[in-house]
Amino acid sequence: MTDTTIDRDKLRDIYTRTMRVARADEKFRSLLMTGKLAVIYYTVRGQELVSAAAMAALEPDDYLVTTYRGQHDQIAKGVPLNPLFAEIAGKAGGTCRGKGGSMHITHPATGVMVTTGVVGSGLPIANGLALASQNRGDGKVTMVCFGDGATNIGAFHEAMNMAQLWKLPVIFLCQNNRYGEHTAFADHTKVDSIVTRANAYGMNGVKVDGNDAIAMYNTTKAAVDRARAGEGPTLIEAMCYRMMGHFFGSDFSYMPQEHLAEMAAEDPLPRLRQLMLDHQFTEAELDAIVADLDAQMDAAAEFAANSPLPGPEEIRKDVFEEEIAA
Amino acid sequence: MTQITMTQAINRAIDEAMAEDAGVILLGEDVAAKQGGGVFKISAGLTEKYGENRVRATPISEQAIVGACVGAALAGFRPIAEIMLMNFVTVAMDQIVNHAAKLRFMSGGQTNVPMVIRTTTGVGVGFGGQHSDMLEAWFAHVAGLKIVTPSNAADAQGLMRAAIACNDPVIFIENILCYGLKSDDPGPGHIVPLGKAAVAREGSDCSIITYGRTVLDALEVAGKLAEEGISVEVVDLRTIAPYDEATVTASVAKTGRAVVLHEAVKQYGTGAEIASRLSEKLFGKLKAPVTRIGGAFSAVPMANALEQAWIPNKDAIADAVRAAMNWKG
Repeated sequence: MTDTTIDRDKLRDIYTRTMRVARADEKFRSLLMTGKLAVIYYTVRGQELVSAAAMAALEPDDYLVTTYRGQHDQIAKGVPLNPLFAEIAGKAGGTCRGKGGSMHITHPATGVMVTTGVVGSGLPIANGLALASQNRGDGKVTMVCFGDGATNIGAFHEAMNMAQLWKLPVIFLCQNNRYGEHTAFADHTKVDSIVTRANAYGMNGVKVDGNDAIAMYNTTKAAVDRARAGEGPTLIEAMCYRMMGHFFGSDFSYMPQEHLAEMAAEDPLPRLRQLMLDHQFTEAELDAIVADLDAQMDAAAEFAANSPLPGPEEIRKDVFEEEIAA
Repeated sequence: MTQITMTQAINRAIDEAMAEDAGVILLGEDVAAKQGGGVFKISAGLTEKYGENRVRATPISEQAIVGACVGAALAGFRPIAEIMLMNFVTVAMDQIVNHAAKLRFMSGGQTNVPMVIRTTTGVGVGFGGQHSDMLEAWFAHVAGLKIVTPSNAADAQGLMRAAIACNDPVIFIENILCYGLKSDDPGPGHIVPLGKAAVAREGSDCSIITYGRTVLDALEVAGKLAEEGISVEVVDLRTIAPYDEATVTASVAKTGRAVVLHEAVKQYGTGAEIASRLSEKLFGKLKAPVTRIGGAFSAVPMANALEQAWIPNKDAIADAVRAAMNWKG
C-alpha cells in the first residue's frame, strides 16, 4: 500500500515547487498576451502538481529527461529562473545561449540533461543515463517524463523492454493528460490504462491521481527507492489534465464540454491549497510563498528582457567541440 | 613483419580503449560472448575481459541501442553502438540525427555526445537491397556528425582509437569485404587522427579522390594506367566528413584533374560536394572537368552479375581518368 501520510516540510516543498511552476506559467502567458514575448510556448497549466510532487522525490543530482511540454518538470527540478526565462526568450543569457529554446532546455547542474522536441525520444536516452549510473554504482536515478501520446511510438516500447531487461535505475513518468496533441486518449489507444503496457514488459507499473499531492509524492518516492536499491524501473501513470490547447493560443474547441467541466473541477492548484490549509498551513504563510515567487518571476522576466541577443558567431560554435570555419 | 586483419585491428582498438577507460562500453545485437562476440566477431574476447555490464548484447531495438548510447555519452561515458548493418540505421535515425548530432549545439555546449556508431555494409556479397547500402551522404548532410571509413587494417585500428577518443559522435563505417584485408601490424596504441586524408599513391596527372573499399580499386587502376604512362594520385579521405579539404585541394591543384569515386549511389552523393568544392576552389586551373563515379541509381541487386554491373567497376574508373587526360574542352 502506498503511504497516505506526508512530512510537513515535504508538503511545503511540494507547494513551493508547484507554485513556482504555476507562477512562471502565468508570467509567460502574461508576457505573450501583452506582446512582450513572441515565441511558441507549450503551457503546462494543469500539470504543475504532477511534476512538483515527482521532482520533490528526487535528489538534486538525479537525472531528468523531459519533453517539449516540460517547463513544469524543469522548474520543479530546480532549473534557475533567470536563465530559463532568457532561454525561452531566445537570449544570450539563456541556459543554452538561445540555441535551444523552450523545447530544448538543458541544465546539467540541476540534472536536466535533455529536453526533446520529438515525442517518445527521451525514453531510450534516459536508459543510457541510468546505465551509466548502474555501471558506476553512483546511486543516481534517472526520471523521464512524457505524455500519453508518447506511448504509441516505437521508442517507448523498445526502451521499456530494454530498461526492464537490464533492471536500469530509471522511472518512466507518463503524465497522462488525456490528449495527444488534439486527439483524445480513447481515440489513440485501446487499452484503458498505460500501466497495462508496463505489465507487458514485466515491469512494475503504478497508476496514480497526479493531482493528489500525497499520493503522487509517495508513489514516486517508492519508485525512486526501488530504483536506487537496484530493483529496476517503474512506469508511473499520473492522471492529470492539460487545461489549455496544445500550444499557447491554439484552439481547443475539440475538447468536449464535459471534459472541460471535469478538468475545471480537478484543477490541482485550488486542491493543493486546500490540502495545505487542511495541514494547518495558514493563508498568510501560503500567500507569502507566492508573493516571494512572484518577485522572482518579475526579476527573471527583467533579466530575460535585458539579456543581449545571441550573436551570429554562435552558429559556428558547438556544432563540434572545435569551432567550425565561417 | 607480422600482419593483422581489419577484424583484428578493430577489435584491438576497442580492447585498448576499454582497458584504459571504464566508460568505454559496447552495445549491440549479439555482441557479447554468450552470442558469439558479434555476427562479424569484432567483439570476440571482450566480454571475458570486461564483463557483461560493459559488453551488452541487446534486443533487436536499434532506437534503444543508439538512444542508450546517447544517454550514457551525456553522462560522460564513451559508448560504442554496433548497428549490425548500415541499412538498419534507418530505424535509429531520430536518435542519430535529432539527438546525437544536435545535443551539443542545442544545449549551448553544456552537454556533448562522445559516442561511436560502428556499422558495416558493402556491395558484392549478394545481400541485396536492404543489407548493402553506403548511406554516408545522409549523415554528411547533418551538422554535428563525423563520418569515418578505413580502407586498410592499420587505418581501421588508428581511426577507431581516434573515433572513441573524439568528443563528438562518429559514424564508423566498415565494409564486409574488407574484414579480411591484412596490413603490417601498426603495433599497440596506433592512432590515425580524424579529418586527415592519406595520399595512398602519389602521381602527377590525375587525382582519384575516394574512401573505403574503392581505394583498393583506385590503387589497382592506378597501377594499370601507369603502364599507359598515366600517373595517378590516389587520395584516401579516411574521414568522409568533415573531410580534409587541404589535402584534396593540394592534390588536384598539382594534377589539374580529378575523379571522385565512391561505392554509394552517385546521385546526391558525397562526390557531388567534393567535386563542387574543387570547382569553386580551382576553376581556371583545372585541365578537365571534375567527374564522379558511384553506384547505380537503383536498389542494390542480389544476383552477383547484377551487383557487378551496379558497382563502379575498374574499367569505368580507368575510362574516367583517360577521359580527363584526353579532355579537349
